[in-house]
Amino acid sequence: MRGPSLAVKGGILLAAVFVALKFVLPLLTAPLPMSLIYLYLFLTIIGIVVYGTLSGESTEALLGPIFRFLSGEGIGGAVKSARLAVLVLFPLLVGWQTYGGLAPNTQPPAESRTIHPAPPGEFVGLSNPLPNTPENVMMGTGLYAAYCLPCHGPKFNGNGAASDGFNPPPANFADPGTIAMLQESYLFWRIKKGGVGLSVEGHPWKSAMPRWEVELSDDQIWKIIMAEYAGAGQKPRTWE
Amino acid sequence: MEHIRNHRSVYAYAALFLVLVFAVAMPVGLAWAEDAPAGAATEYRDIPGMGSRNLIWIVAQQHLLLAGFVLGVPIFAWVCEIVGVRTGDQRYDKLAKEFTKLLTSSYATTALFGGILLFLLIGLYPKLMNYLSDVFFPSFLVYCALFLLETATLYLYWYGWDSMQGSKKGLHLFLGFLLNVFAFFIMIVPNSWATFQASPVVIAEGSMWARAWAATWNPTWWPVNIHRLIANVVLGGYICGAYAGLKYLMAQNAEERVHYDWMGYVGNFIGVFGLLPLPFAGYWLMREIYQYNQQMGITLMGGFLSWLFILQAMLIGILFVGSNYYFWLGIMHRIPGSEARYRRPILAMLVILLVCLGVWMTPHSLVASLEEARKMGGTHHPLLGVFGVMSAKMTVSNLMILVTFMSFIMYWRAGKEETARWAKVAKAGQGVLLGIAVVVVVVLGVWGYFVPAITRINYFSTTQVLVVLFVLLTVTPLTGLLMKSARTTTEMVWGVMPGRAGYVLVLNAVMVILLMTLMGYARSSSRVHWHVYGVMQDTSQYAYSPALGYAAAIMALNTFLFCLLVAFIFWVASMGGEKKGGPTDTAHTKAKDAASPAVGSAPAASTGHQ
Repeated sequence: MRGPSLAVKGGILLAAVFVALKFVLPLLTAPLPMSLIYLYLFLTIIGIVVYGTLSGESTEALLGPIFRFLSGEGIGGAVKSARLAVLVLFPLLVGWQTYGGLAPNTQPPAESRTIHPAPPGEFVGLSNPLPNTPENVMMGTGLYAAYCLPCHGPKFNGNGAASDGFNPPPANFADPGTIAMLQESYLFWRIKKGGVGLSVEGHPWKSAMPRWEVELSDDQIWKIIMAEYAGAGQKPRTWE
Repeated sequence: MEHIRNHRSVYAYAALFLVLVFAVAMPVGLAWAEDAPAGAATEYRDIPGMGSRNLIWIVAQQHLLLAGFVLGVPIFAWVCEIVGVRTGDQRYDKLAKEFTKLLTSSYATTALFGGILLFLLIGLYPKLMNYLSDVFFPSFLVYCALFLLETATLYLYWYGWDSMQGSKKGLHLFLGFLLNVFAFFIMIVPNSWATFQASPVVIAEGSMWARAWAATWNPTWWPVNIHRLIANVVLGGYICGAYAGLKYLMAQNAEERVHYDWMGYVGNFIGVFGLLPLPFAGYWLMREIYQYNQQMGITLMGGFLSWLFILQAMLIGILFVGSNYYFWLGIMHRIPGSEARYRRPILAMLVILLVCLGVWMTPHSLVASLEEARKMGGTHHPLLGVFGVMSAKMTVSNLMILVTFMSFIMYWRAGKEETARWAKVAKAGQGVLLGIAVVVVVVLGVWGYFVPAITRINYFSTTQVLVVLFVLLTVTPLTGLLMKSARTTTEMVWGVMPGRAGYVLVLNAVMVILLMTLMGYARSSSRVHWHVYGVMQDTSQYAYSPALGYAAAIMALNTFLFCLLVAFIFWVASMGGEKKGGPTDTAHTKAKDAASPAVGSAPAASTGHQ
């Protein structure tokens, strides 16, 4: 194993992962938030360190060049200038990052929103009192079209005509991580009480969901729930 | 130099004095206790500044961690002793004795913290303790009796070690068995009190014993019992590993290096042995919690506590990587000439582990700035959002278990050549079995996105677990049989591990402690503003869940305090050990050349170094 190769390979791998996540992935899908990119870079560093320090020889191949570069031992010419540049630029970079993190900014801070807070006790364990018949589903679909479709969309994927106006966007029922993970009683609570009825746990209460109990009866809400599951191709969570 | 040393001593005494002043002054804080109105019973008392809840949190966590260690160590100390008797190898007996030495030195401190916790609970939360005493008084008596029996058995087991050798060894093993039986019941009785608070079963009628029994047999009691039993073995194993790691780093001669290298290996092995089934037990516990109360389940897994499970993934992931890294270091350093052969499989396993860890750590809703969230169309990423749900998490955790298991098997086989005629068939069979298991786990994981949640939970996840367990339970004995007749091609050399192996052992122990503090907070916080869920509300000024950042700071403090405590206990134990005997007896010569290794299929601590 050649001495400096492992350190260089590790550096290249780290840079490649960063470039792939930050610049290549957005060409295929939505860009990743930096919190996730940092997480994956952290794992990459762990991988490089673990693999590079398995044996004495590989440890030297990984860390030796780094230590020699930092200590300036036995280096000269262009490498010496590069070392000087790193020693000057790195603290400046850290300072710049720190300033960027602390300076007043017009952007609100990143937040961890509780998407699925626990429902109040009176909504736990309720079951749909209406039979799941084609008629009820059809009626529910009609109600969905009238009340829910503008935001949650005709395909139940949260892509309604009005969805662009909301942050966070309306829920995508076709995503297996939304209504498929929840019992019908949970949906009943969210539809009936809306964003204003979120529990304390639902911090920071970012939901534009109307409080539909004002306009819809309980039976109508249960029918809409049936229609949502049928339309999105999902099944509610049950315990039996 | 003498002058500096004197100054250091002054500082040390000053620090000790301050600690003592604090310890004495702390109870004075109780003088500021909340007074009840005339004629009414006091419901709560507080400690100004620190807060009663924080004090209970810290003391209870220290007690629980110590108890976990004290109840976990006898299990594998006893198993080591049995191995020693069956194989006739005295090293295992010595190791078991050293484990028990750590146990005896921690036992009194555990009891001490239990006593402090009890007094503080009675003083600070009299309303709750009054209620719990009404429900559980019979089991308090049972607990006292068990404690007496455990203490007496431990004394006999430890002090009778040397005198019960030879023909009396059977009696000593029986004492070890009794020790574990009492320890198990000592664990499950208080578990009933804690689980009752989370999932109470209250009956108004019946005798005192009937009410206590109904409350004891609550829905989360057995899931917690099993989870804690396994977790205690993991904690005990990794802490013994860390102890060995530190001793290895401080070793003054080859003999010590050989002994503590081997002890570190055994500690890590025990930790991994427990770690592999632990996620299954945790999954069962969460399932029972969901079934008991949907609200509590959602608060834990989908609500404000769900972020703790991302932290948990990170800690477990580091633990898996750390444990594997230690195995791999063992292959590279203890088996000369193995680097070329094992580098590629190790790289493959490392990549799988890290990819799995990446999936496990990816949250369902991502932490994103407003701009990032807009670009993603919400906090769910359209592509990586699928990693956030249980189907993905279950799949990768099972794969990580399989990889770790294969690391161990690889370590076991390294430096040996199978001689059995059926070896080729057996190895091919194991490979096929592993391949099928991986395929089944992945297919069920992907399929899990397209079936109702109940199908995934009841059938798919269970099948994934059973498949992995089947691999563990078939490949292990098969490999054992193969190794029985295997020829050693390269002798294993002990005592030549690099220093980072010792640090990894310490890191693993810290990760386990952090994990226990983290999930202790999760379990306790899932009750939200209830002392006894749905039965007795918390009406104190602390009837709110602390913010996650604040909780993380207390968890870190608890981890730090426990490490200090354990270091102190082990330091005291090692002072006794140096005088009494054991592997450090011969360390008086303090030979400086600690490099000469021991060669053999296993180390011979007393005579094996070359």
